[in-house]
Amino acid sequence: MEWLMWFTKFENTKPLSLVIFFALFCGVIVYLYGNKQRGAQLESFKNIPLQDDEI
Amino acid sequence: MTTASVTNTEQYNYEVIRKFAIMTLVWGVVGMLVGVYIASELAFPALNFDIPYITFGRLRPVHTGAVIFGFGGSALFATSYYIVQRTCQARLFSSGLANFTFWGWQTIIVLAALGDVLGYSQGREYAEMEWPIDLLIEVVWVAYLVLFVGTLMKRKQPHIYVANWFYLAFILATALLHTFNNLAVPVSLFSMKSYSLFSGAQDAMTQWWYGHNAVGFFLTAAFLGMMYYFVPKQAGRPIYSYRLSVLHFWALIFLYMWAGAHHLHWTAIPDWTSTLAATFSIMLLLPSWGGMVNGILTLSGAWEKMRTDPVIRFLIVSLSFYGMSTFEGPVMSLKDVNALSHYTDWTIGHVHSGALGWVAMVTFGSFYHLIPKLWNTKMFSNRLINVHFWLATIGILLYITAMWISGIMQGLMWRAFDDFGNLQYAFIESVAAAHNLYIMRAVGGLFFLSGMVLMCYNMYKTIKSGSTEQQA
Repeated sequence: MEWLMWFTKFENTKPLSLVIFFALFCGVIVYLYGNKQRGAQLESFKNIPLQDDEI
Repeated sequence: MTTASVTNTEQYNYEVIRKFAIMTLVWGVVGMLVGVYIASELAFPALNFDIPYITFGRLRPVHTGAVIFGFGGSALFATSYYIVQRTCQARLFSSGLANFTFWGWQTIIVLAALGDVLGYSQGREYAEMEWPIDLLIEVVWVAYLVLFVGTLMKRKQPHIYVANWFYLAFILATALLHTFNNLAVPVSLFSMKSYSLFSGAQDAMTQWWYGHNAVGFFLTAAFLGMMYYFVPKQAGRPIYSYRLSVLHFWALIFLYMWAGAHHLHWTAIPDWTSTLAATFSIMLLLPSWGGMVNGILTLSGAWEKMRTDPVIRFLIVSLSFYGMSTFEGPVMSLKDVNALSHYTDWTIGHVHSGALGWVAMVTFGSFYHLIPKLWNTKMFSNRLINVHFWLATIGILLYITAMWISGIMQGLMWRAFDDFGNLQYAFIESVAAAHNLYIMRAVGGLFFLSGMVLMCYNMYKTIKSGSTEQQA
């Protein structure tokens, strides 16, 4: 369990969290803008509020 | 994306929304009236009349409680119930639970105000309520969460529209913030008094983790949910970019949680905590402005609505104030700027440019759209909406300009030294110098309150001409 001690040091966990969160952010960007078809589908959701009057 | 028709048995629950909408107006008038009164007390202390119940110290949390939780909270309950039903095409999961949240929330606001006036306070900003009220908040909030998630789960629309993401984040974050900020041990079962589980710098950091995120999630994220529904509805056009709204959501939600310690610059907290908070505050500018741009550009190609539709004017100007105060906030979070601005009226001006300019204006715009829909009618007078808009705008400008001048003046006077290294001004000199600006602030507040009263009259006439018959 000695390896867990590595996480108790800020000089380790700060860069680690930076890498994790930056990777997550890049993941969100790629998800949103990386694929045209998915992008078009995502953009179609913006009409949801305008369609609720027709229901 | 699919849409599904709603059968007669599944018509939306508007009843609870109507009740919250009316209480939004009531708490708006009460909270702003108390605000104007305490602003006048600061200008003319004789208005205390030596009555302890109406001193600034007791009425100030009545003001913040009534406007944030009474006016803002009721508006959020109303709009979240409206939006979640309409964008999910599903009736609220439980009418009983919905009614419980209404009566529970109103009881909390009244008890909190009574506690403040009678001198019961745990001394935590925006969380002055003592532990029995905190427990009641916990119960009502969990009911709200269950109701909101339950409604999302029975949706007929496969996709959850982004406004609901903002509302859900607000509900979850507020639950966390409220719980951990109020961890305390009561002195006894029959005593209102309790002691915080934290002490010293940790207690201060917990308070401002709560305080800043109350602004971030209660007064920002949730009202962005309002914006993402009502701006497209009123403009009659979809939001400028849905993908930008998703990016806005994740970036905002992630960054806000880290920024609270910027309220404690130059205090006993560790220096790296201060720096971290300032860094995240600066980074917050990007998602904030991304959201503002997304909202404003929704009007792309239909800018003439700014001239012709006073409701759109409310909504777009609210976004402009959102942009302005989310620029001012990061600037004030810089340690060197904060050394000048902290403890001065600049902070009060900043808070009100956000609270009046963003929160109240976006609520006004949304309600001018919402109330006629709830009562199946049209607004009684567009002219009065326009007058309200100008009263509110002039009021805000008077208020924040007075506080900027007063704040920067105070900051400069407090740090001025004479040739011998002594403080150049006594504290009372800075108070005297701010006197006229305090009057100007009270007048600004009076303008804003007049607009609110006008709105109530307009709404009263609208509701009176409307009907609550459910439409198929």
